[in-house]
Amino acid sequence: MRISLSEWTRSGSPWVWLNAGAVAISVIMVIGLLGLIAVRGLGHFWPADVVRATYSHAGQQSVLIGELVESEMVPASQLRDSGIEVPEGIDHMQRDLFKVGNRDVTGADFVWAIDAHVTARSYPETLFVAEREEWGNLYGYLRSVKQQGELVAQYNGYEPSADSTALWNELQRRIERARDLHDQIQNIQKGEIGAINYEIERLRLKQRSLELQNVTDPAPYADIEARRAELNAEYEVLQSQLLELNTAMNRDSFTAEVANGSIVEIQVAKVVRAFLPNAMGPLDKIGHYAGKIWEFVSDDPREANTEGGIFPAIYGTVLMVLLMSVMVTPFGVVAAVYLREYAKQGFLTRVIRIAVNNLAGVPSIVYGVFGLGFFVYFLGGHIDDLFFPEAKPSPTFGTGGLMWASLTLALLTVPVVIVATEEGLSRIPRAVREGSLALGATKAETLWKVVLPMASPAIMTGVILAIARAAGEVAPLMLVGVVKLAPSLPLDMNYPYLHLDQKFMHLGFHIYDVGFQSPNVEAARPLVYATALLLVVVIALLNFSAIAIRNHLREKYKALEM
Amino acid sequence: MSQEATANVPDLDFDTSSARRHRKVRAIKDRIATLGIGIGGISVIIAILLIFFYLLYEVLPLFRSAEVEPWQQNGTAVAPYELPGGGKTLYLAMEEQAEIGLRLTDNASLVFFDTRSGDVVSEQTLDLPEGVGIRSVASISDARRLFALGLSDGTALVLRHDYKASYPEGKRVLTPEIAYPLGQAPIAVGDRPLDLLAANGDGDSWRLVGGSGGVLTQTDVELTENFLTGEVETEFDSQLLPNQSVKPTKLLLMPGKRWLLIAAQGGKLVVEDLQASGGASTTQVLTATTGEIRQFELLLGGSSLMLADDKGLVSQWFLVRNDQGSWDLTRIREFEDGGEALTGFAIEHRRKGFATVDSEGTLRLFNTTADRNVLTEKVVDGGVDHIAYAPRSNALLLEKDGDLQFWAVHNEHPEISWSALWSKVWYEGYEEPEYIWQSSAANNDFEPKYSLTPLAFGTLKAAFYAMLLATPLAICGAIYTAYFMAPGLRRKVKPMIELMEALPTVILGFLAGLWLAPFMELNLAGIFVTLIMLPLSILTFAFIWAQMPNRIRFLLPDGWDVTLLVPVAILATMFSFAIAGPIENLLFGGDMRFWISNELGISYDQRNAMVVGIAMGFAVIPTIFSITEDAIFAVPKSLSYGSLALGATPWQTLVRVVMPTASPGIFSAVMIGMGRAVGETMIVLMATGNTPIMDVNIFEGMRTLAANIAVEMPESEVGSTHFRILFLAAFVLFMFTFVVNTLAESIRQHLRQKYGSL
Repeated sequence: MRISLSEWTRSGSPWVWLNAGAVAISVIMVIGLLGLIAVRGLGHFWPADVVRATYSHAGQQSVLIGELVESEMVPASQLRDSGIEVPEGIDHMQRDLFKVGNRDVTGADFVWAIDAHVTARSYPETLFVAEREEWGNLYGYLRSVKQQGELVAQYNGYEPSADSTALWNELQRRIERARDLHDQIQNIQKGEIGAINYEIERLRLKQRSLELQNVTDPAPYADIEARRAELNAEYEVLQSQLLELNTAMNRDSFTAEVANGSIVEIQVAKVVRAFLPNAMGPLDKIGHYAGKIWEFVSDDPREANTEGGIFPAIYGTVLMVLLMSVMVTPFGVVAAVYLREYAKQGFLTRVIRIAVNNLAGVPSIVYGVFGLGFFVYFLGGHIDDLFFPEAKPSPTFGTGGLMWASLTLALLTVPVVIVATEEGLSRIPRAVREGSLALGATKAETLWKVVLPMASPAIMTGVILAIARAAGEVAPLMLVGVVKLAPSLPLDMNYPYLHLDQKFMHLGFHIYDVGFQSPNVEAARPLVYATALLLVVVIALLNFSAIAIRNHLREKYKALEM
Repeated sequence: MSQEATANVPDLDFDTSSARRHRKVRAIKDRIATLGIGIGGISVIIAILLIFFYLLYEVLPLFRSAEVEPWQQNGTAVAPYELPGGGKTLYLAMEEQAEIGLRLTDNASLVFFDTRSGDVVSEQTLDLPEGVGIRSVASISDARRLFALGLSDGTALVLRHDYKASYPEGKRVLTPEIAYPLGQAPIAVGDRPLDLLAANGDGDSWRLVGGSGGVLTQTDVELTENFLTGEVETEFDSQLLPNQSVKPTKLLLMPGKRWLLIAAQGGKLVVEDLQASGGASTTQVLTATTGEIRQFELLLGGSSLMLADDKGLVSQWFLVRNDQGSWDLTRIREFEDGGEALTGFAIEHRRKGFATVDSEGTLRLFNTTADRNVLTEKVVDGGVDHIAYAPRSNALLLEKDGDLQFWAVHNEHPEISWSALWSKVWYEGYEEPEYIWQSSAANNDFEPKYSLTPLAFGTLKAAFYAMLLATPLAICGAIYTAYFMAPGLRRKVKPMIELMEALPTVILGFLAGLWLAPFMELNLAGIFVTLIMLPLSILTFAFIWAQMPNRIRFLLPDGWDVTLLVPVAILATMFSFAIAGPIENLLFGGDMRFWISNELGISYDQRNAMVVGIAMGFAVIPTIFSITEDAIFAVPKSLSYGSLALGATPWQTLVRVVMPTASPGIFSAVMIGMGRAVGETMIVLMATGNTPIMDVNIFEGMRTLAANIAVEMPESEVGSTHFRILFLAAFVLFMFTFVVNTLAESIRQHLRQKYGSL
């Protein structure tokens, strides 16, 4: 159908189309954002091929070994300004970011290079990557394996051969052994020695508390001293065990040739894993990928949080959110029930309702300020004075911690639960309540047996929305107890098992901290994407389950609705 | 119901004792439940409202005025006591805890006394040559407990009073001492009696200026430690200053030893540059007052001159760099006083404040930065002879008619006033009054700058740019979704956009800071081209689509047009980025970012307001979208049907009928979105440089109230002024969002009532 421009404009359909465009743009933005996080987050764990190339820069040629991380187009004028020669007539040049690792050798583990200057690219199968406990990745050719300084095996070529395979297997065996010993050492350090240290600290506090109570009887002091001596003896035994294990672990070393041709010698014990990315088949890569993802969700962070896993952060987030929901559910429901079922409806309840509703819109940082001032300094300070005078001057509850963080978030989310529950309660027809009362049930019985079950979908929705909000909230937590690296988990095997006063790690804060406070942002970035992805997935799951539970329960009680 | 069934009903007795008991238990349970829920509900609501009151409780002390009272010792007020040590007071001071006072008397004796009882703790007489008396006392720095004495033989002595704490038998005992930083031997300054003296310096390098009449001599003292013997060697260098045309009455030497300030008869004020090339020279001669200069002191830090005339008018002066790059002593502000001559004047040791006592005996406490008179109270009858501030500003010693009075001062937060928080303030060292937020610095005598204006400005700037992106996108999107979109599609699109609301802002902030900001810096032209190309391409496509034959157009069900636009928008974006390079070359010399900073002279931060606007706009879109969509969808269908039946086009119906009906709802959506943008912390924290500047430039960053709290709260000292100001910032945020949300909510309620009947 032909239509003239003026007619078309007059009909108003350009405006309709522009409105449709707004929807399209919003949808593209949402999907694009999620896609960006997913691609970057998941891509990080895939073992990328390692390239060996010749890089000519400022009239010099050097060997470049590393992974291609990303490429971008840069205006030629910008390059010319920074002193790079660009031929006339070229407007833009591609610039690549390579992860070259070997921070201990070269100082920087990332290199920007003009794509055109990187030539003679090849992917030798003997190139290997070693993930280390410190100094990031090592890229190079494996040259030899040594045991206590004695040469065990070596290979000097660049092509794969039987010798190189033998050498590689030798290294893998030794890495496995060293990892085993490393795990044993970790177990002793974190488990047994941790428990001993914890008990010694408790003894110190006990003694201090006796002193504060002016107990003069020497018996309890002697008991403490005896127990301390016992613990110290145990500690000595463990310490000597550790020493043995450490010597055993540090037995092996290997040498590798790195990009600039020099040979470096590295302790096998410092290596987390080593692999030959260019020689890996798709199946190997998938296996490696799964292993890395498992490491990511189950391991402790390494290297100032830029490597390794985020298990403590997941653990802290989940525990804090659980504690918060335990607090927020009963209080939120009781308040809603009171407002809707018991309080006299009038001006005051309407004001309170609006106030509660609006508290959901108050910035979260305000709750953080309140939590810090009221919970931490005021309540915590008084609790310390009353119950933990022996630990002073170091604060117990007078500083941010798990308890205050969950309480602050409970306060932040309680309006969500109240509003949702009230909504649910208001939907229940009067007739249902009246029916129950007419049959002789008391008000409490009606509430417990009839009203609350019918309102349960709404309550569940409220709680899950509260959890979803709490899991993603960071600003208030920064003030009331989140830290970048917690030495121990807030729930462990030491009495009283759940340490409410302890500081903890949190996924959201981890993103902020690693992304913005980390000394090596470039290296940390992929990990931040992965953490962000995990957080998005968790929160999306929570939201979807809120919807699903609501629908399910709504179906269940549909018969009751008239 | 049959006869048989009735006959078979068992004989039920509801009044057995067990049934009665059961009913009683149930009734008790019911009452307990009522009580429990009542208490629980009310306490939860109170707990929530507690936030408001707690914030207020932390903020209020900021605005309380100061109080003074006679010092309370063991429950009784300290009564005035006779001057310990006798003689006439030349100098009065106190130690850190205000437990011990120091009095220098005219017979060269230093009397340390208990400030609460007047008992003499120890007394030392200065070892002065025979027949030599003290002619003048110059305070060098109250905070460092340094002062200098000018003697009648033209020599001077620099003294410091120190206090050593020891704990014999677990009790704290303070032992006062006198130290001589420049040696115990008097330093020859000139050959005339030192009726006037000023001194300053630190470490190894000192300068003293003194003399009488118009003749002043400057003496530099250098201390060098001999490495071998460890002995301190002193070098002197004296020179006569140019004769003064005025009659000096008081001298002050500013830290840095460059500027000598001279108060002279007739209210004259002379500024002398001692380090000018070609020797000391007079740079300014001012008439500070029509009367006589009575009080002449340096404020904490030594960069401000406090001057009071015989009518009691106090003014603050400091050196301001002028257009020629030289320094002018400038009158900054005046402090209203009662019009009586001042008899006592004391400077605070840790803050930019001072105390005055006039001839009526009225004590006034001031703060210079806040330009605030914290207290006016008559404490004695008639003027005082001397006044001294305790280092912690928690006590004052007043000498009157041979008696000493010891007063406690409660003055926690004098730095805060309405003007200090919201108006331009002329801070020390600045060329003009400015809005500055700078809460801490490395040195102690720093002037804290607590102007909330740049933070509030930053907050509004961030919110403005966010709303600039979010409002059109969200409202237009909501209009389409609610009014034109097919119901099946709507059920999918709405939850998807609402899911954005649950997206943690820390993720948005991280993407904005680490992905979008560098991306934008590199592709600035591409982004601007996209902004223009997107609507153009959508309209072009729509027009082409309208030209299509009906059989193609009708393939797409009504309300699914938006699905066509998704590929169009993606292609348009890709096309924009592709042509951005050539456009950049053509118009901006190859690099738009460079062009902006070099050609336009607009400074460009990588993390700027545009990044924040996009990221925070993203966070606000779902809020506005969701509420607007609800508001439009809730408009009764009968209204639009009526309009359409009368021949209006869908667009006309929307604009003339649906939108006016839904407009209060849309307004409230924008308000709630605004509330969210104002309080958002993480995005701003991560996507800007957090510099508290006031500039509307879209390519520069800002610091918002919320981000400021997050940055500074963990380091703030509990109970300090800074701590309470951060609480005030939180309170401002709280009140702002609360008021905005309440407004929005009541509009919505009103709307609901109005159209509920339709």
